[in-house]
Amino acid sequence: MDSININDYLLFCTLMFVIGVVGVLVKRNALAIFMSIELMLNSINLLLAAFSVYMNDPAGQIFVFFIMVVAAAEVAIGLAILVMVYRYTHSVDIHLLNRLKW
Amino acid sequence: MKIYLFYFLSILAIYSALMVVISKKPVHTVLYLTLTMFCIAGHYVLLNAQFLAVVHVIVYAGAIMVLFLFTVMLLNLNNEGEFRKSALVRIAAVVAGGLLMITLVAALKQTDILQTTDPTLTQIGLVKNLGKVLYRDYLLPFEASSILFLSAMVGAVLLGKKD
Repeated sequence: MDSININDYLLFCTLMFVIGVVGVLVKRNALAIFMSIELMLNSINLLLAAFSVYMNDPAGQIFVFFIMVVAAAEVAIGLAILVMVYRYTHSVDIHLLNRLKW
Repeated sequence: MKIYLFYFLSILAIYSALMVVISKKPVHTVLYLTLTMFCIAGHYVLLNAQFLAVVHVIVYAGAIMVLFLFTVMLLNLNNEGEFRKSALVRIAAVVAGGLLMITLVAALKQTDILQTTDPTLTQIGLVKNLGKVLYRDYLLPFEASSILFLSAMVGAVLLGKKD
């Protein structure tokens, strides 16, 4: 059997999503947390594209395109906020940002 | 042949994703994330989703990773040393992630996915077919996303400006 099963994509994307979740939980560097979020976003994108191909429905790939658009905007804003935070606190450690809690 | 490519790309992507989490220096993290992005672009090619593969390489590996790299170098994070969470928090995080994975795999194992078409014959991922759908059925969201980009650009300039 030479074809790739959709379950392989499911397993692979689940694994990558969980790695992203662990990265968000483990890291203290705000930039690294941001990159882990990108990892999660990309695993979901790949799964959406895989289902779109296996179901022969182009709507899934259009949605992946729009998610990429929103992710690009999000990264631009997020990094601008990060640079601003660094300018005020001289660090990207999220433990210094606990004053945002309440 | 295809299945070997799939496993090669998957293992490389998982490895570099793990290294994103494990590696200490921010520049290494960004470079491993770039490798992950290229692996995912390879997966898109394997799915015959050529439009998405090209857009993914341009947007992620081209624009977003350069933005990350610029930020890392601009903030001079490389010589600061890694500040880490305590061992207890890290162990708890890994255990929680593992439990989440077990839950997701168990839930997905139950699903019965009906496969309608042979994925090797599909043509929907080509630019021609996807462009037709995009400009016929999804024209309004497409135009709205341009407004989103404009507002994101204005917001980034406003935030990045020195007071």
